[in-house]
Parts: sequence; structure tokens; C-alpha cells
Amino acid sequence: MKSKKAYAGKRGDKVRSDCYIELKIKRTGGLKIDLKSKVHSMYGESIVQLLEELCDHFSIFHADVYCEDFGALPFTIMARFESAVKRIDGDCQIEYLPLFNKANKYVSKNDSLRRSRLYLPGNEPKFFPNAGLHSPDGIILDLEDSVAPSEKDAAQILVRNALRSVDFYDAERMVRINQLPKGLDDLKYIVPNNVHVILIPKCESATQIKNVEREVEFLREIHKIKYPIYFMPIIESALGVEKAYEIATASSSNCALAVGLEDYTADIGAERTKAGTESFTARTRILNAAKAAGIQAIDTVFSDVSDTEGLIESVLEAKSLGFEGKGCIHPRQIKTIHKYFSPNSEEIEKAKKIVLAYDKAIREGLGVVSMGSKMIDAPIVKRALRIVNLGILNGQIPTNWKNN
Amino acid sequence: MKLVKNAAGRMVPLKVNGQPQIPFKGIGKFKPGGGTASVKINSCADFPDDGNKVVETLKVALKKAGLRDGMTISTHHHLRNGDILTNYLFDTIKSMGVKNIRWYPSASFPCHEHLLRYLKDGTIHHIEGSMNGPLGKFTSEGKMKGTGILRSHGGRYQAVQDGEVKIDIAVIAAPTADPFGNATGDRGPSACGLLGFALADSEYANKVIVVTDNLVPFPCYPWQIQGNNVDYVVKIDSLGDPSKIVSGTTEVTKSPDRLLIAEYVAEFLEEAGIMRDGFSFQAGAGGTNLAFAVYLKERMKAKGIKARFIRGGSTKYLVEMLEEGLTDFILDGQTFDLEGVRSMRENANHVNTSPFTSYNYHGKGNFASIVDAVVLGATEVDLNFNANVVTHSDGYLLHGIGGWQNCLFSKCTILAIPSFRDRIPVIVDEVNTLVGPGQLIDVIITERGIAINPRRKDLLHKLKNSTLPVKSIKELYKEVIDICGKPAKPKTDKKKIVAVIKWVDGTLLDSVYKVK
Repeated sequence: MKSKKAYAGKRGDKVRSDCYIELKIKRTGGLKIDLKSKVHSMYGESIVQLLEELCDHFSIFHADVYCEDFGALPFTIMARFESAVKRIDGDCQIEYLPLFNKANKYVSKNDSLRRSRLYLPGNEPKFFPNAGLHSPDGIILDLEDSVAPSEKDAAQILVRNALRSVDFYDAERMVRINQLPKGLDDLKYIVPNNVHVILIPKCESATQIKNVEREVEFLREIHKIKYPIYFMPIIESALGVEKAYEIATASSSNCALAVGLEDYTADIGAERTKAGTESFTARTRILNAAKAAGIQAIDTVFSDVSDTEGLIESVLEAKSLGFEGKGCIHPRQIKTIHKYFSPNSEEIEKAKKIVLAYDKAIREGLGVVSMGSKMIDAPIVKRALRIVNLGILNGQIPTNWKNN
Repeated sequence: MKLVKNAAGRMVPLKVNGQPQIPFKGIGKFKPGGGTASVKINSCADFPDDGNKVVETLKVALKKAGLRDGMTISTHHHLRNGDILTNYLFDTIKSMGVKNIRWYPSASFPCHEHLLRYLKDGTIHHIEGSMNGPLGKFTSEGKMKGTGILRSHGGRYQAVQDGEVKIDIAVIAAPTADPFGNATGDRGPSACGLLGFALADSEYANKVIVVTDNLVPFPCYPWQIQGNNVDYVVKIDSLGDPSKIVSGTTEVTKSPDRLLIAEYVAEFLEEAGIMRDGFSFQAGAGGTNLAFAVYLKERMKAKGIKARFIRGGSTKYLVEMLEEGLTDFILDGQTFDLEGVRSMRENANHVNTSPFTSYNYHGKGNFASIVDAVVLGATEVDLNFNANVVTHSDGYLLHGIGGWQNCLFSKCTILAIPSFRDRIPVIVDEVNTLVGPGQLIDVIITERGIAINPRRKDLLHKLKNSTLPVKSIKELYKEVIDICGKPAKPKTDKKKIVAVIKWVDGTLLDSVYKVK
């Protein structure tokens, strides 16, 4: 080990659910562990035990370990310790993996509902344990813009541990990697840990997607991974918009194309406005490219958390254009997004009738679905089935509605 | 110290500070006989005919009141964290060289950290009231001379009526008063709303001193404290810091997790059929409590439902409901913001109440048990629905009981709490300190789910087909432990009791031990 001292994590009055670890490797003298913890009386002994185990795992026998704990959960303490070790020894290949929580083994589908996806800063463990309770369709552990450049290494390890141990309560497990090529280095932390969707930011070419795909395939083979892993390229530049269809069709693992407007408006030299005329063309072109490629189109985030009316308008507009989801930066946006992406009662009643007619046609072995004297085309049946399904997921229709 | 096991299975002493004690016997089981405590007979001939009871200084008033070592001095907490008077009172007592005071506040606040010096130097012997923040830490470390006694607001009234606490001198902070001693809290530069917590003190103390920073000519009307009970009136420059007495405006929490809990509470009240025309509920000022009232209001409006009364702590949110016609009355125990104070002053249907009307065990009934639903907090709740509000999981005293125990008698008692806070489990296997028997706690609402007390088969039945996340308390506990790990019990010295917890009837419910 070259350098002898390093630290990782956070400390300070406002820090919650995190810890600060300082590691000083020595030649002799054995282990000295100094713990200050907000939960000392409850978990002091178990934290010291964990730190000893971590030292042992990384073959550290002589060191001063100083830990200031603000109620960090074990997966965080493990991550911070590992970060400190790797900041001392950049070549260290050893990982300390928390147990894989059994609740985290579920898999996702190509066409899962993706109405809401909640961004969580990848280096902020305090947001992790309760995020899934707000029932977003997806949770994004973000390694990109929300993580300071100096903490990228720490966030990789923390996100890896979170994917293993934090229960996100059936939300689709997403990670936004860094802009390529740096993002390729993020993959080994997430691919083996049941990530469902990889968000690829600032996409401008099919090659980028193929590079990610190649690396993911490589890791899948090494780790013998069977579950599907999907990609959601995010288009955030003028060039990206021009290449949208190429990007959308670059991989069979693509499940959706997403719009990122903050960077896009900066790129075209416009101000981002509430009306959004400056980005309207870009959004519809991305949407069209996605639909042409047979994947979902996902709208940008609505960034004013306190403006519920604005959020409602924004969701209704996105829905009317054909978008299937939006990003969220606060859990309180989720309910509104789900509610307004969902069909209204008129749409539901109409869809129910079509679905019943469709059932009848199947029961009677008819090739044609008809309602009264009107024939119903296949795309309309498909749309109706989707609306009814959404209605059920939103709690607007009971699951057993056909019996009533 | 001899300890016995009470009916709740907790160990309690038979004597505290030399006074004999009765162990908890069960809810509603203890009914003392005899008469209530009486006050020394007074003659109006001893008081000035012109009604002017103003004396120059607090020191003079205390001297005239016969202050001496070992007396019991009471104060009230309507000035909350803005209270300057109580600190000034003990500065004065200290300057008079008096020692071993039993301090009988209705609650203490962080601003009373100033009094640590008087606990240390023996001016104050012990506290009977609440031991918050720094005072709680001091007590928990076994540094207080006597043993602390924690009572509910109702229990404080009961202890006075029982004669267990004989108040020698009551010092009442009055935001407005006249020279006769009539006093009100609803106006003046230090307005705090009402003075209900000082009611028992004014009625039962041997000597009553009203201290005001807003002396008005007789009569001070309306009077919340009657001058006929008052011995002396003192005018000082300022009672406290108005910005800390009531907040300019109270705001609903922004925490998504607390908002989720609040939403569950509102939804629960509707699905359980508690939210119906003419119903009543109690809401406090805590972040979650405020938010649930906001969500409930939306649901009431959507269904066209009106409450008969809401019990406060009032805030602008409750005032809005009153003014928008969503409730006939606010029955207020304390006001938390300026809007609450204004409404109490201007709106005849915003009524001030006291521990006597609402909480007193020796009353012929009280308001708390009439309320359809109450939403409270807790520091710990266990698998038997027993709850704690006074100590934290590390064993330190941190909060008073307030009206919490008394409110448990509502028809549906809901604890709205996070399942854990920064790795500190709130749902535990067994509470460190028992303050509320699980028998009275009906529903636990957390961000991870809702646990209904198995005793409440009616509620379980009503929520059978609910989309709310109804779980057993054991499931909730397991989830918390899976996330946080099983916590070690706080290390306490079981031989050294630093404080005791009274039940609402004056019996001893539990003991608080010195933290090692």
C-alpha cells in the first residue's frame, strides 16, 4: 500500500444516515478502533465488530480506524470503509459485498409501466431505505450529475451496496451511469447486482449504446447473469435529437428513450421556459423515434417541486403527446404523475366495453371484434387493454371488474 | 430503595422524595377516597379595597409570599421556548439565598437550560413536571438532588387536588393583567393564547403571584385567571421572546415520509368511518399532526363532512377549518401560532380549555374521552402497543408527558410515527419506559404500514378490504429490525432511579433509571 492515510464518507451537523471513516494504515501496533456514534448505546458494539470484520476482510492488521457515525446503516458503513481502503490502494480488487437481500431478486419486463422514475443522488444513503415506500414505478440511483466528481468512486460502491441490501419495494431498479466513456466503468458495480434498467445519459450515437451493450454482455457472461437488463438512453443534445432513431434502434435491450431538457436547452442556446416551445420539436422527434423503434417514450423531469398545478399541466401535456412517463425529483410528485398519466373515467368506461367485446369475440371464436354494428380494429383493442390495465394499476378499476 | 412490581409488570418504588407512593393498579382501577385538597381560608379584609395588588418587584412579592427553603414553586409553560420569566424567577430566588425548591412546572423547554446551575447548586432540589433536553440529560445522569416526577397535564391537576403536591407559591406569567390580578393570555406583546395550564395553580396555591409585561387598568377582560385568587401583581419589562412563544406561522412538514404517514392517517380516518358528520378529532403541532389535518380537510371537503369540534393545540390550519365552516368549534388547550391567538381572541367558537375540562382524573368526566380520534407521537412503541414518550432509545429523558397520557382515552388513539429514525428503531420489542399502556393505543401508523391493536376487532373488520398497508405490529417490527439491526438495550443502573412516571390517576406506572 502506497499512501497510508485516507478518509471517506461525510460528517457534520446536518449529516444523517451516513458516516465518516478515516483509515490510517500502520506497520505495527495492531488495530485501534475509535468510534463516535449517534446510536452508540444501541449499535456501538455491532459497529465496532463490523469494522473489525472489514479490516480482516481487507487484510488490514495494523491501523487506526476512526469512525464518526450519524446513524448509518451497515451497507453504508461497509461502503465508506471500502472507499477509504481503495483511496489508499487504488489497485485493490477486493470487494466487501453485503448479503443480497432476498426481497431484491425480482426482475423487470421490457414493457413495465414507467410512468414515474424517482431520482436519488447516488452518494446520499439517507434517501435510500424509504424511497420505495412512495411507490414510484422506478427508482434511479444516480451516479451522474448528482454526484460530485471527487465522490464518484464512493458513489459506485455505495450504489452497489444499496442494490444488494436496500429493499426498493418492487420499484424497477434503475441506475444512471456517468456520461460515456466514464460510464462504462460504472457497469461492473451494477450489472452483477440486479440492476433492471441502465440509464445512459447524453446519448449522441448508436455506437455509445453498442459500447454499453458489449460491456454489459461481457459482465453478464462473467457473472453468469440470466435476468434481463434494459437500457434507457437519455437524449439531451441537439445532435442526440438528430440521431434519436439510430439510438433507439441501437440495441434490442432498449426499453425506452428519455428526454433531458436542462442540457438540451443549454445546448441549443435557449432558455428553458414553462411553456416549453423551445424544446417542443425535440421532444416530439424523440417521441416519434421511440415509437418507430417500438419502445417507450419518457418525458423529462418537472423541477418545481412546490408547483403541483404546474406538474399536473405538464403531465397532461406529456400524456397528450404520447409520452408514457416522467422523471421525478421528489417523492411527492409520484402520486400526481400516476394520477394524471392514468386514463380518465370516460376513457376507462369506453375501454372496458371494448375489452368485454374482445373477450366475447374470443369466447365465440370470432375473427372480428364488434360493438353494436361497429367493427373494432386491433390497435384500438390493444389501446383499450392498455387503458384497462393502467386503470387497474392505478386502483381506478377493481382487478375483478369483469365479474361485476 | 424498595421496588415492587405494579399491575403493568414494571418495577416502581414505594417512596419518592420521602413521599409514599401507590403502584399502578390498572386503568380506571384506582379510586382514592376522602376529600380533595383545600386552600387556606382567605379574608378579603386582608386585601386592598381599591383592588390594587401591585408590588414593586418579583423579589418583594416572593418575600411577602413568605418564600423559604424547601417550598414548592409552580410555573406554567404557555410561553414555551420564549419564556424568560422562569429563569428570572430562579435568579431572584437564588439572590434571596433560598434553597431546596421543589419546582413544579407544567412543562420545561430548552430555554430552561439556564436552570441547570440552580439544580447543581441546590437552589432547586428536584423537578416535578417535565425534564426536557439539557434538564433531561442532567436528570438521566443522576445529578439531580431529588427524584424527578413526570406527570401528564391532567395528572398535574389531579396531584394538586389530591394534596400530593401542595403549591406554596404559584408564579403565573400573564401576557395581560390588571392590578387586581385578572389575567389573560390572548393579548399583549407576549400573547400566548390561553393560560389553562396555570388554572390549578391559581385555584390551589397558597400564594399566587401574577407577573405581567402588559398591565392594563381594571378590568382585564376576558379574564382567564381570576384576580380573586391572586395575592400579588408584578409588572416587569418583558415576559419572553414573542417569536419563540408562538411561531409567526406554523408550516406543514416537507418530509416526504412524514407526509406519507399523514396521508395514511387521513385515509384511515375516512375508511374506518371515523370521519363522519359531527365527528371530532385532536391534532397537535408536530409536523405529521399538522399535515394530517390538511389531508383530512381535503377529504372532509370532498365528502361534504363537517366536524362538531376539533381539539387543539391550534394553528392556522385549524383556524382555517373553523373559518371555512368545517368545524363548529375549536376547543383549544394551547395556541401554537399567531393565527391561533388571533382566532381565540376574536372568534367566540374558538374556546379555551384547561386540564380541568379536558384531562383531570378527579373531574366528573372530561373532554378527552369524548373525542372520536386523536393523533399523537411517541419515541417508542412495542409489540404489545405499549408506548413511550419520555425517554429515547438510549435511555435518556428527553420529553415531558404533556397531555399525551390523557389523550389516550379518546375513542380511537392513533400514534403517527416513523418506524425508525436514523437507525433508531421506534417500533421495538419492549419499551424502555412505559408511559402509555397498550390497552389504550388503538392504531400505529408508520411509513411502512399500519398496525391495528388486535383488541380493536371493529377497526380490523372495517379495514379488511382496504388498500392501506395494514400489517401486524410484529411484521412492522421485523421490517425495522431487518433494516436497522436489533438494538442493544440502554445501559442503565437499575439500582438508581432518577425519575418516576405517574399514571393519570397518580399511581406509579414506571421508573426511569440512571444512564451508565
